[in-house]
Amino acid sequence: MDYLTILQVLDSTVRLATPLLLACLAGLFSERAGIFDIGLEGKMLAAAFFSAAVAYLTGSVWNGLLAGIAASLALSAVHGLASITFRGNQLISGVAINFLAAGMTVLIAQDWFSQGGRTPSLMGGARFEPITLPGAEAMAGVPLIGPLYHDLISGHSILVYVAFLMVPLTWFVLFQTRFGLRLRAVGENPAAVDTAGVSVIGMRFAAVAICGVLCGIAGAYLATGLQAGFVKDMTAGRGYIALAALIFAKWRPWYALSACLLFGLLQAVALRYQNIDLGAFVIPVQVMDALPYILTVVILAGFVGKAIPPRAGGAPYVKER
Amino acid sequence: MTMMTKLLGAAAGLALSAGAALAEPALIFDLGGKFDKSFNEAAFTGAQRWAEETGGSFREIELQSEAQREQALRRFAENGNNPIVMAGFAFGNVLSEVAPDYPDTKFAIIDMVVDAPNVRSVVFNEHEGSYLVGMMAAMASESGTVGFIGGMDIPLIRKFACGYVQGVKAVNPDATVIQNMTGTTPAAWNDPVKGSELTQAQISQGADVVYAAAGGTGVGVLQTAADEGILSIGVDSNQNYLHPGQVLTSMMKRVDNAVYDAMEAGTDLETGINVMGIANGGVGYALDEYNEDLVTADMRAAVDAAAEQIAAGDLTVHDYMSDNTCPVE
Repeated sequence: MDYLTILQVLDSTVRLATPLLLACLAGLFSERAGIFDIGLEGKMLAAAFFSAAVAYLTGSVWNGLLAGIAASLALSAVHGLASITFRGNQLISGVAINFLAAGMTVLIAQDWFSQGGRTPSLMGGARFEPITLPGAEAMAGVPLIGPLYHDLISGHSILVYVAFLMVPLTWFVLFQTRFGLRLRAVGENPAAVDTAGVSVIGMRFAAVAICGVLCGIAGAYLATGLQAGFVKDMTAGRGYIALAALIFAKWRPWYALSACLLFGLLQAVALRYQNIDLGAFVIPVQVMDALPYILTVVILAGFVGKAIPPRAGGAPYVKER
Repeated sequence: MTMMTKLLGAAAGLALSAGAALAEPALIFDLGGKFDKSFNEAAFTGAQRWAEETGGSFREIELQSEAQREQALRRFAENGNNPIVMAGFAFGNVLSEVAPDYPDTKFAIIDMVVDAPNVRSVVFNEHEGSYLVGMMAAMASESGTVGFIGGMDIPLIRKFACGYVQGVKAVNPDATVIQNMTGTTPAAWNDPVKGSELTQAQISQGADVVYAAAGGTGVGVLQTAADEGILSIGVDSNQNYLHPGQVLTSMMKRVDNAVYDAMEAGTDLETGINVMGIANGGVGYALDEYNEDLVTADMRAAVDAAAEQIAAGDLTVHDYMSDNTCPVE
């Protein structure tokens, strides 16, 4: 395996990890505030559809992005209403959102475009084009660093850079601001936050809304950055892998980055080399596909470190009467 | 009064549905979805053509999960639909259970052989059609490396791959064929993002023509190929129009003809195994205004000559499913 091949695999890793990373950070905000969110998949799917549909209809990918975020926010509001306001079961609400999104997107797509639940192919300004970072062409000739900068760091769509910038931003918001402290406290001990005179309901809704925005960006990236249009069920389980990554990362932003990059790398390697021949034995591609889940189970079982979820996670907050 | 209305309503509803269902043919799509621009859509087109030409109507259902296969099949059979056409190999097991229970109903299954007296099994010689597009890929390729992207890793898709490789090697024995499968679950038919990544990976390994036999995943393959400026080959339906001037050709599998024939025959459907190959127009390559500039006269001559030889039986393309091996890599 030469240097260029490694770069290509890493390049593929970045593309595959981006939607995971955005969804994972979305889940991080929500779950840190004590709201479990199985519905990441559904929100991404709805955002993917609406971003592609609106980008096609208006010819502008930015309108598409806004529409995707709006769709994801709407589903977040449903989740918030069901699990915060009405104190319903968070898991059931999330599952319902996944079903709703899977059916609704295809139904609306069929009604609007009559192409059997997909949007027409997006052209030109209706897609996120890869952007070339300044100096990438000039640097291309420099040995080692040149190709690294030109092939790996430059040449992604803007949402990729947004996703990676989200990691330090999430860390800063959660661990360096008053808002972040309260948000984490709401997930650990909401009664204490309430006693301090801060609205638990308000904090949780804020967290769920942030989750909606990030899922919206993830969905828009799938449909308008990676692909040129929406296809039914195009998220293909990425929301669940993001949840696995979140547990693997023990609900921490920087670990989330490495978990998503690791899962992305596993996928990229699986796509590049179907079966890996190690001489003595062959690793079939299925092992690579299953590895993210296996790793998560290992972490959950406590073999390697211990994943402790936020203490008040999953429990609706009932004010003492 | 309300009870009476309900009863009457129910009776009327029953009478209506019974009347409408009289020997109406039914069509069941597989999990890829009715409008996958490929296999299922071809089946739908055939049924549509039958409906337009005869003025008849047909019932249809798009499956959402594996569990619905038997349910849908029994529902149609109980309803009196005849014949019942199934698009997809995955119905094989279910049909062999269900078919004996409804001896008066005729079934047609595409892509699978089910041995029952009331079943017509339509199988296509995909390896022959893939051989032809493989020849074209090898002739169009400048790098000497071409790619194949399959959907779910099943023998049927390996049959496509094997025919394709044989075609490529027939033109250029030194050519390299990179083969990838998208996955091992039915989700592999609907993951265009993975299709794109596989295409990128193949391009970086030097491929300049990729053949996608992957249902909805193929949409991503064709898109990436067009974005990156290489040629692609569509499958099942004619997909040349998706990216005019950038899709070399499409391996046409005339699922539409198979469905049309079955519906046309109606209750007199001839049962047994029905092989659709090059000889009877079951498979072939697509040529239209979108790809005429890509297909050179040399290519056409070579491919048409091979097609004639195959049809006449002078040239045999190895069928992967006959022994689950492929003589070439």
